[in-house]
Amino acid sequence: MALFARTPVAPLEYSRTLWMRLWVGAVMIFLYAPLIVLMIFSFNDSKRNVVWRGFTTKYYEKALGNDELIEALLNSLTIAGLATIVSLALGSVAAVMLWRFRFPLKGAIDGTISLPIIVPEICLGVAFLMFFSMVSWPTDLVWPFNLAAITIAHITFCFPFVTMVVRSRLATFNREQEEAAKDLGASEWQVFRDVLIPHIKPALVAGALLSFTLSLDDFVITYFTSGPDTITFPVKVYSMVRFSVTPEVNAASTLLIILTVALTFVALKAQGVKAIAETH
Amino acid sequence: MAEQDWKTNKRTFAAVSIPTLFWVIVFFLVPMAMVWLYSFGENRGLTEIAISGTLENYKRATEWLYLTIFGKSFAVAALVTLICLIVGFPVAMAITFASEKWRPWLLLGIMLPFWTNLLIRTYALMMLLGTQGYANKSLGALWEGASWLKTLVGLQPLPTWEPVQLLFNNFAVVFGLVYVHLPFMVLPLYAALDRLDRSLIEASLDLGAGHFRTIMRIVVPLAAPGIIAGVMITLIPALGAYLTPDLMGGTDSQMIANVIERQFKKANDWPFGAALSFLLIYAMFILIALQSMRRKVPEIH
Repeated sequence: MALFARTPVAPLEYSRTLWMRLWVGAVMIFLYAPLIVLMIFSFNDSKRNVVWRGFTTKYYEKALGNDELIEALLNSLTIAGLATIVSLALGSVAAVMLWRFRFPLKGAIDGTISLPIIVPEICLGVAFLMFFSMVSWPTDLVWPFNLAAITIAHITFCFPFVTMVVRSRLATFNREQEEAAKDLGASEWQVFRDVLIPHIKPALVAGALLSFTLSLDDFVITYFTSGPDTITFPVKVYSMVRFSVTPEVNAASTLLIILTVALTFVALKAQGVKAIAETH
Repeated sequence: MAEQDWKTNKRTFAAVSIPTLFWVIVFFLVPMAMVWLYSFGENRGLTEIAISGTLENYKRATEWLYLTIFGKSFAVAALVTLICLIVGFPVAMAITFASEKWRPWLLLGIMLPFWTNLLIRTYALMMLLGTQGYANKSLGALWEGASWLKTLVGLQPLPTWEPVQLLFNNFAVVFGLVYVHLPFMVLPLYAALDRLDRSLIEASLDLGAGHFRTIMRIVVPLAAPGIIAGVMITLIPALGAYLTPDLMGGTDSQMIANVIERQFKKANDWPFGAALSFLLIYAMFILIALQSMRRKVPEIH
C-alpha cells in the first residue's frame, strides 16, 4: 500500500465512489446549509434578514437583553436538567426490572413502558393538558416549582428512551461478573453500584444526552402543559417566529445550536464518538 | 442465564418495580385513560364536560372533511417516508462502507441535526425558502442562466423570473418534514446495513451481478428489518407532525395534529379533540401491528 499514493477503489468501498460522495455531500449540504445560513444571518445588520447589510452583534445584545427570552432559556435548561436526572434513574431502574426479573404481565408492562415513544406527541400533550386541569394542578407556584408539570410530562416521554438504550447495553452484561461479586460478599446494592453501573455507563451517557436534547427540543407537549405564566425556550421562539421573523430569533437560535454542539462534544469527550454512535 | 423469578428476590424487585409502575400508571396511563373517557363525552356549557358514553364524536370524525384530512396526513407521511428512504439509503450505505476513520464522523454529521432543536431547524428552513430567501435566489440565477444560454444560441430569452412561492404550501410541508426526519431514517438503516455479512455482497459481485442488482437482490432483502424499522420510525412521527405543517404549511396543508390542536386551543371542543387523538393512536397501533405481523412470517433459508 505504501507504494501507491492512492489505492484503487475496491468493489465494496462504496463510500469512495464518486457518485456516492456527491450524494453524501449533497445530503450534508441539505442538512447543514439552512443552519449555517441562519447562524450567519444572526450577524446581519438588517431588520428584514434577507439581504446582507454588514456585520453586527447588536441582535445578540438584544437577545441577551430580552428578559423573557433569557427566562425562557433558563426554564428550558432547568426542565431539561431535572427531566434528565429523573429519567436516568427511572429509566435504568425500569431496564433492570425488565432485564433481570420474570414476573406476571411482563409483556404488557414492557409494552406500556415503551408506549410513550410511539404515542404521537400531540396526543401525549392533550393527555397532559387534561390530566393537569383535572387534578387542578396549581399554576401559580414559585420558581422552580412552577416547572413541575412540564418536567413531569418530559420525564414520561424521556425515560422510555433511557430504558431502551440501557436495556440493549445490559444484554451484553456477563452475569458471571455479578455472581463473582456476590461470591466475594457484595450486597445487592454494591453489585448494582460497583458492577452494573460501570457496565451500563456508556448507555447512561447516551441516555442522558438523548433525554436532555429531547426535553430541550420539545415544543408540542410543553405547549399543552405549560400554564399561562411559564414559558420555555421553544414556546418563546415559536411565538417569535409566528409573529415576526427578526435577527433576534437567529441570534437566540445560534446560541442554542452552539450549546447543542458543545454538549455533544462533551458527551463525545466522555465516551468517544463510537460508543455514542453504537448506542443509537 | 435465565431471568430470575420475582418471588425469589422480592426486595430488589420491589425497589426496581415500584417507581417504574408508579410513574407509568400515574403519569401516563391515567392521563391517556382520561383522553379515552373524554372521547365519549359531550360539552355541557362552557367548561363542563359530561362523559355520557356518546359515540357522537367518533361519528363526527368520520365526516368527509375529517376523513380527507386523515387521508392527506397519511399521504404526506407516506411520501415523506419514501423520499427519506430514497435519499437516506445511499447515505447509510456510504456510512457502512466508509473507512474506520471516517465512519464515526459521518454518523455524527447525521446525528447532530437530529439533536438540534426542531423549531430552530424549521425556522432555518423557512428563512431559506421564503420568497426572498436563498432558495428562490438560486432558482432565479438558474433561470437567468438558462435565459442567457437561449439568447446565446439565438432563441428568444425566457420571460423575467418571478419568485416562486416555496413556503406556506404543501410542497413546503413535505420538504420540511423530509428535512426534519431524514436522520430518523438513516440511523436505523445504517444499523441494519452494518450487521450485514459482507461476503454475500462480494459473492454476488464476483458472480457477475452489477452493483445495482446486488443492492436490489442481496442488500435490500437482507436489510429488510432495518428498512422497515426506519420506515416506521419516520412514518409515525411524520403522521403526527404538528410544527412543520403549522409553520410551513398553507391554509390547505393542515394535518391531523393541527386539527386536534385546534379543538383544544381554539374551538374548545375537548371531547371531539380527544376522539381524534385516539383515532390517531389507533392508526399508529394498526401500523405497528402490520409491522409485527410481517416479522412473524417465517424466513425461508
